[in-house]
Amino acid sequence: MSEYVTDSNRTFMDRVRETLRNFGLPRLIIAAFLLLMFIIAPFTGVNLWTQITNVINRFSWNVVLVLAMVPMVHSGCGLNFGLPVGIIAGLLGATLSIEWGFSGPASFVMAILIATPFALLFGVAYGWLLNKIKGGEMMIATYVGFSVVSFFCMMWLVLPYKRPDMAWGFEGTGLRTTFPIDKYYGGVLSNLLRIQIGRLVIPTGTLLFFALLAIAIWAFLHTKTGTAMTAVGSNPTFARAAGINVDRIRMLSVIMSTWLAAVGILVYEQGFGFVQLYNAPFNMALPAVSAILIGGATASKASITNVIIGTILFQGMVTMTPTVMNGLINLDISEVLRVVVSNGMILYALTRKSEVTR
Amino acid sequence: MNSQAPLLELKGVRKNFFGNQVLTDINLTLNEGEVLGLVGENGAGKSTLMKILFGMTEIRDTGGYGGDVLINGEKVNFNSPFDALAAGIGMVHQEFSLIPGFTATENILLNREPQKKSVMSEVFGERLNMLDQKELVRRSDDAIEKMGVHIEGSMVISDMPVGHKQFTEIARELSKEQLRLLILDEPTAVLTEQEAEALLESIRGMSSRGIAVIFITHRLQEILNVCDKVAVMRDGVLVKDVAAAQTTITELTRWMVGRSVSGETGTRREPPETQPIMHIEKLWVDMPGETVRNVTLDVRKGEILGIGGLAGQGKLGIPNGVMGLYPAGGKVTFDGQEIPLNMPRKCLDANLAFVSEDRRGVGLLLDESLEWNIAFPAMQIHGKFLKDLLGGCIKWRDEKAIRDITSKYIDELQIRCTSSRQKAKELSGGNQQKVCLAKAFALEPKFLFVSEPTRGIDVGAKALVLEALKKFNSESGITIVMISSELEELRQICDRIAIVSGGRIAGILPASRPSEEFGALMVSSVI
Repeated sequence: MSEYVTDSNRTFMDRVRETLRNFGLPRLIIAAFLLLMFIIAPFTGVNLWTQITNVINRFSWNVVLVLAMVPMVHSGCGLNFGLPVGIIAGLLGATLSIEWGFSGPASFVMAILIATPFALLFGVAYGWLLNKIKGGEMMIATYVGFSVVSFFCMMWLVLPYKRPDMAWGFEGTGLRTTFPIDKYYGGVLSNLLRIQIGRLVIPTGTLLFFALLAIAIWAFLHTKTGTAMTAVGSNPTFARAAGINVDRIRMLSVIMSTWLAAVGILVYEQGFGFVQLYNAPFNMALPAVSAILIGGATASKASITNVIIGTILFQGMVTMTPTVMNGLINLDISEVLRVVVSNGMILYALTRKSEVTR
Repeated sequence: MNSQAPLLELKGVRKNFFGNQVLTDINLTLNEGEVLGLVGENGAGKSTLMKILFGMTEIRDTGGYGGDVLINGEKVNFNSPFDALAAGIGMVHQEFSLIPGFTATENILLNREPQKKSVMSEVFGERLNMLDQKELVRRSDDAIEKMGVHIEGSMVISDMPVGHKQFTEIARELSKEQLRLLILDEPTAVLTEQEAEALLESIRGMSSRGIAVIFITHRLQEILNVCDKVAVMRDGVLVKDVAAAQTTITELTRWMVGRSVSGETGTRREPPETQPIMHIEKLWVDMPGETVRNVTLDVRKGEILGIGGLAGQGKLGIPNGVMGLYPAGGKVTFDGQEIPLNMPRKCLDANLAFVSEDRRGVGLLLDESLEWNIAFPAMQIHGKFLKDLLGGCIKWRDEKAIRDITSKYIDELQIRCTSSRQKAKELSGGNQQKVCLAKAFALEPKFLFVSEPTRGIDVGAKALVLEALKKFNSESGITIVMISSELEELRQICDRIAIVSGGRIAGILPASRPSEEFGALMVSSVI
């Protein structure tokens, strides 16, 4: 930029333009679209409060999975397309906790506790792999996610699960693709301190739980190690010259992301009310990736604000559009729209990656 | 056309890069079959001059050049290397531009292959012509023959020793029939002694065929052996243009490095006769392009030691090796304790600091604020700017302390920025360099390596950076080792200067010695 604009002689329009540029065009379009949906919702006979409740619910289920992107982005490992690795750890925690007879809130706590060692183990292996292929993390991560999910498609059948609530009815072995968890930890967070005003329902517990994790991550990024993590992502050579063990920091970030993904899927399940196995984890990574990108993150920079804004916009769009569209023209394009937006967003963000540095 | 006109004539050629004058009023003539040796320190303007001659696009992109280039008495203005090629100018660059998987023959005639028609090309046009393999081999053998050095045409480039790759490049230029002027940019740098000798022989052969050659090298003896005349450049000025027979190596070196010999600036103190604080023994460093072969060196406590030398001779490898950024071997002791190599952390723990020559790559977090850039290493290594929470379990970043230290250095080093939160990438080169220094100063080291601290920054910033280093040394008693390609700069602030040549220390002299002596050391064992 050749000309230097000082604060004093900037016109109002300049400022508006700059704010818009910082906000990003795609996010602007999506936000405007979402706003439009909210405005026309009442005219299509859809109850606005029900819709807002839906959006908040979807937000609360998914936001932890989006948060799981943050550590890896900070350490320069890129967007965690390998989210299924952590999800599998979470599913192991969920199924084992149920298998071993825990129920109610205890089953949720136990699921997290059981998932933790798996998340650590998977995270170490995954991190080791990502350290071997610096520069191509995102592509390799995608394939790691695919492989792990496929491998566990077999394991869910083979592992000796016996509890009738989860196993196939005919044989009594092997897990079902989907099973309800109302007897276990379904709704443990969302029903906690739930606020209901007319048709508006706020799942306070889930939101608080997310706030707890988000604050923990925010705080971590303000510590010595967290600072090192950001520096490693920003310029690994700089970090190495400052005596940082780059591989170790990257490994730590992968473990954190993996653990958050494990917790994230448990939070999702408690809200959704079902555990989904087999191919389900395939469909978790892309929405999470595009949510954080819509939130304004890039492949090398992400903040908690990006997570929150992005999840609201993305989930808002995928919940609002089908109902409003249905009300208007009796046509369900929600799935198509979701795929177009999420993949388009990822493409957009990845092409912008090169602009960020150098 | 005037047949009496010289093949090449430069009249008052000048060039500036963004206000930075790199060539001033260059006048030069070259006749058919003449061999001109072009010498000068790094940054003297040799490469820029050749780029102008060869019509490289970066010259035009940066505003073109002044003055005239005449070929056979006619003014030319090349817009691209293709124009230069058409006018009969060939150039062999320092970096090879060969396709590794192709044979020498294929590389020599790449994109100029003799073709023959086939059924396919009759139908679909000449893009489907076949290559005439026989003619291809004949033409490439011709070129190799012309060169006078035998290389195997059917050999694949990737299997060749480095010298043969060089010869392949030369043969490629020779295979162009219109070739009248060949520019060789440091062709002997990668050759063994015998190969270099063969190359010189081949240059003589070309000259007798009427091809003029411009030969750039740091090996002055080669110039004297093969050239008809020698042009010496210094700081963008052609200082001398003489017949090679009438000069000597000593004279050439003096012209190359010697500014006015009376340029003894300021109050230079005597080198302190203190005990060595760092002892480097038999150091080798595998840094691409800056290989250190065998360096033994003592650094005295409290001194400023300069390390100079020509590019590629290994001076940059020394700090990078000691600080563990590139694979190294040997023994380094600091303050009586041995420092393990290849472990950056250990050096930093021993209170060593390093300002890298690669500002943007190693020196800075471009996307982060000045605060982060300056405070980060001190925070990570010495635990500064941290608050202990929960009895030391959590080390919390102390934003206020970070801002304070950053403001302090912004004032002290006059870093021009909008605030301490500005991103490092938004600063100019000179200010970025100051940030790098501040980063090292914030570590409060006992010993500081500074590598090329003034590269690519303007004169004002340069003076400030050098002043800051001097002050840091005299006030805090920090030992500084400064590596720079600019001899004059080293002579300004250093106590002693070590000259690196061929990956070894060629000699260490007090900075007060005349520059010719340093010049002689620089070229003493160039590889």
